[in-house]
Amino acid sequence: MTFKQMFTSSVGKKLVMGFTGIFLILFLIVHAGLNATIFANDGGLMFNKAGHFMGSNAVPRILEIGLFLGIFLHIYQGYLLTLENKSKRAVGYAVNYDKGSKWYSRSMAILGTLILLFLIAHIYHFWTPSRLGGMGGIKALGEVEHNGVILHNLYAEMDLVFTNPYIVVLYVLACGSLGYHLAHGFQSAFKTIGVHNKKYHAMLTSLGYGFAIFIPLLFASMPISFYFDWIK
Amino acid sequence: MSHTTMNLNLKVWRQKNTKTAGAFQMYRVENISDEMSFLEMMDILNEQLITTGGEPVAFDHDCREGICGMCSMYINGKPHGPWQANTTCQLHMRAFKDNDTIVIEPWRANAFPVIKDLTVDRSAFDRIIQAGGYISVNTGNAVDGNSLPIEKSKADESFAAAMCIGCGACVAACKNSSAMLFLSAKVSHLALLPQGGPERKTRVTNMVAQLDKEGFGACTNTGACEAACPKEISIANIARLNKEYIVAGLTAE
Ligand code: HEM
Ligand code: SF4
Ligand code: FES
Repeated sequence: MTFKQMFTSSVGKKLVMGFTGIFLILFLIVHAGLNATIFANDGGLMFNKAGHFMGSNAVPRILEIGLFLGIFLHIYQGYLLTLENKSKRAVGYAVNYDKGSKWYSRSMAILGTLILLFLIAHIYHFWTPSRLGGMGGIKALGEVEHNGVILHNLYAEMDLVFTNPYIVVLYVLACGSLGYHLAHGFQSAFKTIGVHNKKYHAMLTSLGYGFAIFIPLLFASMPISFYFDWIK
Repeated sequence: MSHTTMNLNLKVWRQKNTKTAGAFQMYRVENISDEMSFLEMMDILNEQLITTGGEPVAFDHDCREGICGMCSMYINGKPHGPWQANTTCQLHMRAFKDNDTIVIEPWRANAFPVIKDLTVDRSAFDRIIQAGGYISVNTGNAVDGNSLPIEKSKADESFAAAMCIGCGACVAACKNSSAMLFLSAKVSHLALLPQGGPERKTRVTNMVAQLDKEGFGACTNTGACEAACPKEISIANIARLNKEYIVAGLTAE
């Protein structure tokens, strides 16, 4: 078997989904962890320092390129897979079989599309001003000084963005889609990459449900907390 | 147990051949005993059609005891009808009530073209098995079972996978028309046995290649296959198939 065959067959396409999916899960842990520093109630100091580290250090910048590649692959392969799979049944059923599987396991592409729409808004809100701010008319972020180091005030930007209730609602809805995407995706990804040991699979399934509830709730709590001024 | 009879409305898919488009037809059958099997009820419908000069409904069946996998009917939105772990031939009319309308469709997947009415061509499964679902190395004469180096739990798991009767309900149930449960059962029952060892890499490579050629979809682990499978083949076999495939991909030349 060639590597090309390995990653382009029906099993191979799923391997790409599974590996990129797990990579995105790891990214979510880092992202949620860093953002949770806003709850330190120190006027965003710890958060801005974390943001500065991620923006100025070579390792996270290289990982960021990997992240964009991973997201692109995941989305591209996800749509390709969904369309190809759909095309395998030219004449559909009069009565669909929906009892044997969960609705969200059948709706991964729709949930993913909702995440994608959010992602575009999200990148525009935070990534663009923080990485490209000041270039070609893109609004630059405010700055704060701490111990002689100039930090982007990403915290103030969050505070500002999340005064808009529509944006808060969009973010919270996206967290819901992410939760359902992960409720199926987390355990599915491990099946895809070959975990068939029943003991581990049961553990990963429970862990997956926990992850799918905890991480989106943590993310959703951020715009909500800013909107209601719960953090100082 | 009291014996009851019922009258039913049947909404049956009729299709002349592979090339022409099909459509649903409504039929009424009366005095159906609740002790009849579903196929016996279909036989009565066909008797009725023949005596009134109509064309009987073509459907597949052979053993009528749940072991051959021929009886492919998609009944009221589920392959093999409402019961769990059951084939159409073992479905009995007590599953229905008087005056029910029953919708009967063929398996629907491009890889299973309709031959006529409810009969579909499942030879794609045969070609997948021909691509590697066998052992061709010399394993010698039948030996004393106790001398084979295999744990009981592995042998049991292999046997559970070998229960697959190749009916195709997994494909019919799957929104992706994926045959992965079938393939994983065929790969697993050999991969778990010592005799299956020598050819495990070429087997999984060739069988997946054939599966793709036949035009089945890719698996997204929704679990519909497992829920519809009359032999309750575990979806864990699909994860084992994936592992077999990764190992073959990384280590085969
Ligand atoms: C941070 C964001 C995301 C994470 C953590 C994530 C995670 C995952 C995981 C773990 C899987 C399961 C892979 C498998 O079963 O092997 C998956 C599948 C999938 N994802 Fe995502 N995903 C994300 C964003 C997206 C986006 C933006 C799309 C846009 C279309 C998308 C579309 C899909 C599709 C179509 C599948 C395939 C369904 C399947 O194979 O079961 N995902 N995702
Ligand atoms: S895995 Fe189950 S549903 Fe699929 S062909 Fe085998 S017996 Fe039928
Ligand atoms: S006719 Fe053989 S399994 Fe139903």
